[in-house]
Amino acid sequence: MYQILKQIVKTGIKTETPPQADEAMRLQAQRLQQEILDVFRGALAIRQVDAGSCNGCELEIHAVNNAYYNIEGLGIKFVASPRHADLLLVTGPVSRHMEVALKRTYDAAPEPKLVVAIGDCACDGGIFGESYASCGKVSNVIPVDVVVSGCPPTPTAILQGILTAISAKK
Amino acid sequence: MPIKHPSLHLERMNGAIPAWRGRITGEDLQPICQNVCDGGGRLVALWGSDERAQGHGFALHVVLVNENGLVCLSVPLPAERPSYPDISRIFPAANRMQRAVYDLLGIYAHEGNDHRKWLRHAAWHSGSFPLRKDFDAAQSRTEDLDNYPFVQVEGQGVHEIPVGPVHAGIIEPGHFRFSIVGEKVLRLEQRLGYTHKGIEKRFESMTLQQGAKLAGRVSGDSTVAYAWAYAMAAESIADTTPPDHALWLRALLLERERVANHLGDLGYLGNDVALSFGFAQFWILKEQVLRNNATLFSHRYLMDTIIPGGVAVDLTVEGKRVIEQECAMLEQQARILRGIYEEHAGVQDRFIGAGRVEPKLAAQLGLCGLAGRASAQSWDTRVQFPCAPYDKLDVQMATYRNGDVAARVIVRFDELFESLRLLRNILVNLTSGDELARPLDQLPANGFGIGMVEGWRGEVLVAIHSDTEGKLTRVHPHDPSWQNWPVLEHAIMGNIVPDFPLINKSFNLSYSGQDL
Repeated sequence: MYQILKQIVKTGIKTETPPQADEAMRLQAQRLQQEILDVFRGALAIRQVDAGSCNGCELEIHAVNNAYYNIEGLGIKFVASPRHADLLLVTGPVSRHMEVALKRTYDAAPEPKLVVAIGDCACDGGIFGESYASCGKVSNVIPVDVVVSGCPPTPTAILQGILTAISAKK
Repeated sequence: MPIKHPSLHLERMNGAIPAWRGRITGEDLQPICQNVCDGGGRLVALWGSDERAQGHGFALHVVLVNENGLVCLSVPLPAERPSYPDISRIFPAANRMQRAVYDLLGIYAHEGNDHRKWLRHAAWHSGSFPLRKDFDAAQSRTEDLDNYPFVQVEGQGVHEIPVGPVHAGIIEPGHFRFSIVGEKVLRLEQRLGYTHKGIEKRFESMTLQQGAKLAGRVSGDSTVAYAWAYAMAAESIADTTPPDHALWLRALLLERERVANHLGDLGYLGNDVALSFGFAQFWILKEQVLRNNATLFSHRYLMDTIIPGGVAVDLTVEGKRVIEQECAMLEQQARILRGIYEEHAGVQDRFIGAGRVEPKLAAQLGLCGLAGRASAQSWDTRVQFPCAPYDKLDVQMATYRNGDVAARVIVRFDELFESLRLLRNILVNLTSGDELARPLDQLPANGFGIGMVEGWRGEVLVAIHSDTEGKLTRVHPHDPSWQNWPVLEHAIMGNIVPDFPLINKSFNLSYSGQDL
């Protein structure tokens, strides 16, 4: 126990200042009222859905949980079920084999809900595009509020996308 | 000559790894496979190709490995009712590969006893095959729901827990069907293929350079390994060798990928046994590696740094200093954390004995890579077939016999420290300012080449076939997860359901890499 406490003290606090919201990431006008956004801002629950990605975006979504980005410090946490979620974070081109699962996950999340598409493939199909096995971008399958491009997007960009989704349109 | 058989005539292939190729008839397939299996060899990959445009039928390609090298056997098959003898009774790992070959090409294994679909769910009709050149995507589309016959376990008190495809964590999609009694798992059956996004078909419309980018996105956590294996296959066809400087840089990139992934996994393995301290600490270290990658090579995961013919990045004198300092810091910190993991009673209680794969079972099922080495399967491409620059690095293989979660943790720690040692050695040998690439624009016509690289998870193989104009006509990327997923079904038996996330993480297999 002593070793663990010593290591924690020596490591210190690594958390950095979070990024500001960026309106350029918004795909459709903010649909939610200020009152709801105020509630989300203090306690947002996210369900992540990999709809067919290469796992690159997942690595960066894991990274937003590390001490540097410390997403939980902002009152945002990842939950195990869409039924507990306010926001879906969706990666990948949507594979045709995940199309039904993604739609069902979207339907299972209670209203009001937000969707943020993460990564080039989720934004426009990326390198995989549309094919016999791929539906392409996420907005081909479910409504999307905010898109975050990048292959994969950095943790800062992902955080920025989430914060944009829960900020009111100025 | 790696294997001998009366009707087998092998010719040595060009390239960085010792590989031979031969054409055989269907009747010789089983005896040759049996021969290799009896000699301690393994199945590495199995895929098919449509060669009707060249005036042939179809072909099945099987890559086997033994201590002498790789053997690629091609079996020409007729255009009508193409079939070959089942080899899954010799190499159980062939089962899912054979089923995938049927789903994509309509080539089937006769005498086999498992003809269920594997990669196909319901995106296309059962009678149409995406990798056939005359495949019509619009005509083949269906809107049916997937229907898959899982094996049922019956008995008093037995019930099923279906999990997925959308999992509880931040993880790729797949379906797990647990048959349990109380908390104990009697059987796990996996249903994968959810992330099948048509990668192999996509390659066929790409140039050699575009293909390199796609290869780097087959499995995002192994981008360096795939890009190198792809480049190696292309260089084998063109019979060229990249500049020495580029090869040293490739090894540097590959070891950095291994370090980053092992750090991340060690953090998550702590987290999965409720030691969130481990996650916090290891992910601070991983983040520092990723940030250095971004500064030095312009990409946190090193995507697109390897191109056919060489590399697209260089390392400055200042960059070498950054990596030297990073290695020293990682070595010191990881040693402290290893001490904490090893002395933590709660952690060791969960690690030891969980998800055990005995060496005998591992050998029988063909468990490979990191998980294989934790079950005494001493295969490491960097050691057995050291292509430049590994021939000058004398890699020490990490192996362990226990085959449990604890063993897979130990192997990760050992490989982490070995990679740090290799990185320092590479820096000593790396002279800056040399030629970075002898760019490869076009492949020769009708070529065939393979590349194999020891990624952090295990051996990654890429095979390339070029057509009469030198274009990509068939590319098959093979992930070690093909071999290891079925072994996970055995590892979980007799364990309790709450240990599954831990055992699964200790293998950390790729979905995208096997779904393609």
